Amino acid sequence: MSHEPGHGTPAVDLSADNLTNRQILEAGLRRDDIEIVHYESPFPVPGTKAERRIERLVAFLFFLAGAGAIAFVAVYIWGPFNPDEYTFGSGGEDWYTPALGFCLALALFGIGMGVLVYGRKLLPHEIAIQDRHDGASSDDDRKIAAGTLGFIGEELGIQRRPLIKATLGLGGLGLGLAAAAVPIGMMIKDPHPTAEHPEDPYFETGFNPRFNDGKPVRLVREDYTPIRPEDVSIGGQMTAFPGIPGGTTNEFADSPILLIHLRDNDAQTLRSNLKNYSKNALTNPSDPNSGSMWNNFVVYSKICTHAGCPASLYEQQTNRLLCPCHQSQFLITDNARPIFGPATRRLPMLPIDVDGEGYFVAKGDFGVAIGPAFWERPTQ
Amino acid sequence: MKRRKFDVKALPAATANAVDERFKAAGPIRGLLNKVFPDHWSFLLGEIALFSFIILLLTGTFLTLFFDPSMTEVIYNGAYAPLRGQAMSHAYATSLDISFAVRGGLIVRQMHHWAALLFLAAIVVHMFRIFFTGAFRKPRELNWIIGLLLFWLGFLEGFAGYSLPDDALSGTGLRIATGIMLSIPIIGTWVTTSLFGGEFPGHVILDRLYIAHVLLVPGILLALITVHVGLVFVQKHTQWPGPGRTNSNVVGERMFPRYAIKQGGFFMLVFAVVAFLGGLFQINPIWLFGPYRAAVVSAGSQPDWYVMFLDGSTRLMPAWELRFSLFGHGYTLPAIFWPTVVLPGILTVLPLIYPFIEARKNRDTSRHNLLNRPRDVPQRTALGMMAVSFYVVLLVSGGNDIIADKFHISLNAMTWAGRIAILVVPPLAYYITHRIALGLQQHDREVLAHGVETGIIKRLPNGAFVEIHQPLAPVDEHGHPAHLDYVGWTVPRKMNRLGALGPAIRGFFRPIERPAPPPPPPALPAKERDKIDA
Repeated sequence: MSHEPGHGTPAVDLSADNLTNRQILEAGLRRDDIEIVHYESPFPVPGTKAERRIERLVAFLFFLAGAGAIAFVAVYIWGPFNPDEYTFGSGGEDWYTPALGFCLALALFGIGMGVLVYGRKLLPHEIAIQDRHDGASSDDDRKIAAGTLGFIGEELGIQRRPLIKATLGLGGLGLGLAAAAVPIGMMIKDPHPTAEHPEDPYFETGFNPRFNDGKPVRLVREDYTPIRPEDVSIGGQMTAFPGIPGGTTNEFADSPILLIHLRDNDAQTLRSNLKNYSKNALTNPSDPNSGSMWNNFVVYSKICTHAGCPASLYEQQTNRLLCPCHQSQFLITDNARPIFGPATRRLPMLPIDVDGEGYFVAKGDFGVAIGPAFWERPTQ
Repeated sequence: MKRRKFDVKALPAATANAVDERFKAAGPIRGLLNKVFPDHWSFLLGEIALFSFIILLLTGTFLTLFFDPSMTEVIYNGAYAPLRGQAMSHAYATSLDISFAVRGGLIVRQMHHWAALLFLAAIVVHMFRIFFTGAFRKPRELNWIIGLLLFWLGFLEGFAGYSLPDDALSGTGLRIATGIMLSIPIIGTWVTTSLFGGEFPGHVILDRLYIAHVLLVPGILLALITVHVGLVFVQKHTQWPGPGRTNSNVVGERMFPRYAIKQGGFFMLVFAVVAFLGGLFQINPIWLFGPYRAAVVSAGSQPDWYVMFLDGSTRLMPAWELRFSLFGHGYTLPAIFWPTVVLPGILTVLPLIYPFIEARKNRDTSRHNLLNRPRDVPQRTALGMMAVSFYVVLLVSGGNDIIADKFHISLNAMTWAGRIAILVVPPLAYYITHRIALGLQQHDREVLAHGVETGIIKRLPNGAFVEIHQPLAPVDEHGHPAHLDYVGWTVPRKMNRLGALGPAIRGFFRPIERPAPPPPPPALPAKERDKIDA
């Protein structure tokens, strides 16, 4: 084929004297099956006005890069920055990072653009064609590779020695198991009751009386101060935690609750809806505190039953609780039934009472598992 | 003793000689310097991802010098006054220190975050380019698979990095991740408890994510990127069809000097953009979110953009939970399992096997080094747009609370719109794309047959108006252009493309070069002129 790339490049006798670099390059191109079919300097006549203009532009961009870099170092050293005290507003510290960013970007832009303009505008344009030489190896190569491998197989003779073959397989399997056993064994933890934690962590929260020497656990604010009924205004709500050591920390990430003081008629609605839920309903119709509610106060787990975010946006007018992560909505007056979004289960209710000193306590732990569902979760 | 003169001019030659004597490098270096690369703007998308990765390694190494992933609780007493006296993890405290107490720490942190966003964005757009031009076809299926793995690894790496500062958003993200892991049938609780070393959040998860984020995943990423780029090198880049371009050659520029210079300059420009964003555009202001507390979340909690499509699928999923009893014990298969475990699984497997499905369907076993214009493969393009629109609906739904808030739309309406759109939009996108691709094909054939529309309207003697077309091929004696075949490359549609417009004159206010004067009209012989005068 006469038009294969590389073949169009004239042959060069490398032993000849006085070869130009271009001629030597072409000798190399021929070896790599490359042909330069078009080669054109953008400025055939050196030193024209247009060429000098591009040169000035490149020089300016490189100068800009240097100036930006020096400005960056200057800002970095002398800019307004105090590692001990971040001053808002007037101190000018707000400008430190933006100034650094601007100077650094300027420096990098100058270098990048300068190099690009140099490459694109001042270097000769070319169209080079190279042979791909892709595809499979030659038949001979393939035959040789297969034959060599076949011979190695014969040399090893593993096919003739079934005992070794079997035991090797067994040994490899054993080693593989051992290699997998170590990392898995190191990390694996039983999620369910063990000697280490006798209660099932997926079914237990900080309101379990065992954390309080068997006494009911108080509801507290984040600073561990207990809560009286009069602390929550009618229609209002408050985030509360178990009043045990570490109860408001992430140690008890399952335990945050929402204490809601319902308006009279909303509380009535909720009470009548609770009739269907034996666990939460009034046991003695004449005593409004015999159910899981205490007067017009009700407590629900704050941990969304969908993915475990805190469902914390409470809309007072509609008594809806919204989880901001995936927009599940729970209707509090219907025992926190999920009414929109991906959540499938009600927020669990915490049974509450008021102790002798007038503070809210939990009558016991939640009756069901808190938060997102999992495989072993009983169908309730 | 005579001291030997040190010859500076001979130094490069002497060094080269010394190197070649030891490594026999002259031959391979020649091949490298001369290697021909095809050029097109769309080939730069993958490079943006590569350059972002380099920036991530540089900035990330700096951050490790100051960050400590410990979950030990400390009382903050640093430079940022509003959070002083608060209990927080040491990880969050050191993240605050990087932002406020380390000189230049904030810009590096923000550059790291922006580069991560750019890294994944570039990967996604690069993937679109590969798909729509058919660059994944034989012999490049393996590189397509590696690219897909790179996306998921980048996703994992980004999520781990997002979790490390232990601010309110990090913790919320991790909490959701636990919810997702718990939903896996049978092993859910085991996986979660094992990874977290106990109940959420435990004390070890940040240490584990840290080593994954700074060593394990970047190590695998680096290895796969090396193979990815190495395969492009060995298999040689694909090219668009065009004059002189065939399936068995590469038309472009030698790697050195011009191609390498353009790459280097482009790297600096990407770096400049990241520096500009990192300095001037705030990203992830962790000091505003506060430390992670299980009871705290704010409205508008958003993950980074590349996680948003999964957040969207989770939001759109109806509340369908399977509950059943087996052997007297109740079991639950949560709704969150489908959009966050099954869907990503499908989204991984389908593209992974797509190259083989397409080749099988077309009974195509040949090698392809020339790219397809998307219009020339309407079914693939339509399928791709179907996938893209599916993805975009999920992406938008991931921010549907923000959209509802800003545009005063009901949140529930946004969710329902997403649920309907996820079923309706993709098939619609398929149909519309298919029609557009066919229409563009037809127009190309029309131009080849009749020529380019000139915009000149002519009135015929019989009163009819016709537009004059400029044929692309020579015409025969009847004025009919010769037949032209479509060769898979751009067909000119405007007269400007045919050189109807004069060349641009260079210069800012005044031309710096006078255009060559038009050639003078051929002068008539003097005698003839005399005759006319006479």
